[in-house]
Amino acid sequence: MEQVNELKRKVLELLKEDARRTPELLATLLGAEEEEVKTAIEQMEKDHVIVKYATVVNWDKVDDERVTALIEVQITPERGRGFEGIAERIYLYPQVKSVYLMSGAYDLLVEVEGRNLREVANFVSEKLSPIDSVLSTKTNFTLKKYKQDGIIFEDHEEDNRLMISP
Amino acid sequence: MITNKTQPSGEQSKSMSSYLSPLVQQIQPSGIRRFFDLAAGSKDIISLGVGEPDFKTPWHVREACVYSLERGFTGYTSNAGMPELREGIASYLDSRFDLNYDPEKQIIATVGGSEAIDLALRALIAPGDEILIPEPCYISYSPITSIGGGIPVGIETFGKDRFKLTAEGLEAKITPRSKILILCYPSNPTGAIMSREDWEPIAKVVEKHDLIVISDEIYAELTYGSNHVSFSSLPGMMDRTILVSGFSKAFAMTGWRMGYACGHPELISAMLKIHQYTVMCAPSMGQVAALEALTNGMEEKDRMVDSYNQRRRLIVKGLREAGLECHEPQGAFYAFPSIAGTGLTSDEFAQRLLREFRVAAVPGSVFGLGGEGYLRCSYATSVSQLNEALERIGAFVAILKKEREN
Repeated sequence: MEQVNELKRKVLELLKEDARRTPELLATLLGAEEEEVKTAIEQMEKDHVIVKYATVVNWDKVDDERVTALIEVQITPERGRGFEGIAERIYLYPQVKSVYLMSGAYDLLVEVEGRNLREVANFVSEKLSPIDSVLSTKTNFTLKKYKQDGIIFEDHEEDNRLMISP
Repeated sequence: MITNKTQPSGEQSKSMSSYLSPLVQQIQPSGIRRFFDLAAGSKDIISLGVGEPDFKTPWHVREACVYSLERGFTGYTSNAGMPELREGIASYLDSRFDLNYDPEKQIIATVGGSEAIDLALRALIAPGDEILIPEPCYISYSPITSIGGGIPVGIETFGKDRFKLTAEGLEAKITPRSKILILCYPSNPTGAIMSREDWEPIAKVVEKHDLIVISDEIYAELTYGSNHVSFSSLPGMMDRTILVSGFSKAFAMTGWRMGYACGHPELISAMLKIHQYTVMCAPSMGQVAALEALTNGMEEKDRMVDSYNQRRRLIVKGLREAGLECHEPQGAFYAFPSIAGTGLTSDEFAQRLLREFRVAAVPGSVFGLGGEGYLRCSYATSVSQLNEALERIGAFVAILKKEREN
């Protein structure tokens, strides 16, 4: 894996805060040349260090019904490939938003999104559970999202400083 | 109006102001206060006028305080502050600035750096003493000198010198009545810092004229590119310097009012007398939080300083692009651009910027000699707010240019 140098690391931190920041702004903030920043970003995009520029959405504020479940999955690893093949099989389903290999009581944590409970339940019973190496599943529906990717959805820490102070 | 019951009925009651100490009566309300009132009624303002971090106190610090309260740590501490806190301050100053203070006899925890400065002045001033104050500077030094019975003597510093104090400038203002020199580097409002080479000739003058120095180093952690050099660390200066600092700026702890003073045991002991008869001790919960900040807060502090540094680059570039001359501030979190070329006084500039473009910044004139013609812009605000403010300032300067051409 490529060693991410200091400039790249700082660029990543600043883009993680706000993906819309331009190379010009990033260069100013970091005291670097704009070209240097552009090259760093292009390189990181090419290397899949930056995988995608996404928007963090608080869907609770949108009139659009959807449910998310975190499913703990126990599986039997395959000879020679371990968990890779089965993880791939699972993450290819469009309903699956994320898949993590975990240490602890289960093997994979699978985040599934659907329009309603039935849709998620159907996915688990019809797609996930029947996979040969899947030993068990435990479905946890999320009730409310408070924080995601370091962003607090209902941040109560407002800037209440005086307008002018010494 | 309070009724004066001791007066015979029917007699005209005296004006309350006639009761006030003449020392207090001579103090003018601060220009910052006046500007605050002006800004207070307006809406949707972007403020570059705030002299405090835009970060909340790091959570681990708040949490340590909450936990201590839950355990009932709510009593007085010793007058000089919890021994653990004073030890923490001593080892912090040693590791960061190469200063060796005895926590038992040379350190006192105070209610903010402000109390420490007040204590130092009150412990030292005899009526009529002259107190030398490089300006532009933090707005309180001159008024609290006057309240303490001293005579403030401003020493103008200049943009061409990047607002550094020079030995010549200092020497020119020294008289037989000069006693104390108040230093504040990194500087509010100019962002100037002093290197060891800058300090050495100053130290010679201080020694030659036998001055005592109060060195307000509240912004010591906020330097960009070079480390802060404490005046106290210069050869021979430790015994004649009262180092004042606190937690407000480095650890985003303004409201906690936690500061400290360090110095010669006799000076600290004199300050402690005033402290114990006035405030008794700094708030115990604040002391717990301060200790936590010193013990586990360095990483978070570095992160905040890094962020200020990014915004410093943004504001300097933005102000220059807007057409204002701006030296590069090396410390604190203020840019101090010149508005002299616009044909307005700093007060007129700031007022119009506020009224017409809804950006609040502080006119340089409120910071004393040498401040006229400048504007203090705090960059302790978010990148998006800074960008918006800089655009508005650019538009305002363009309008001013057109006005001058017509």
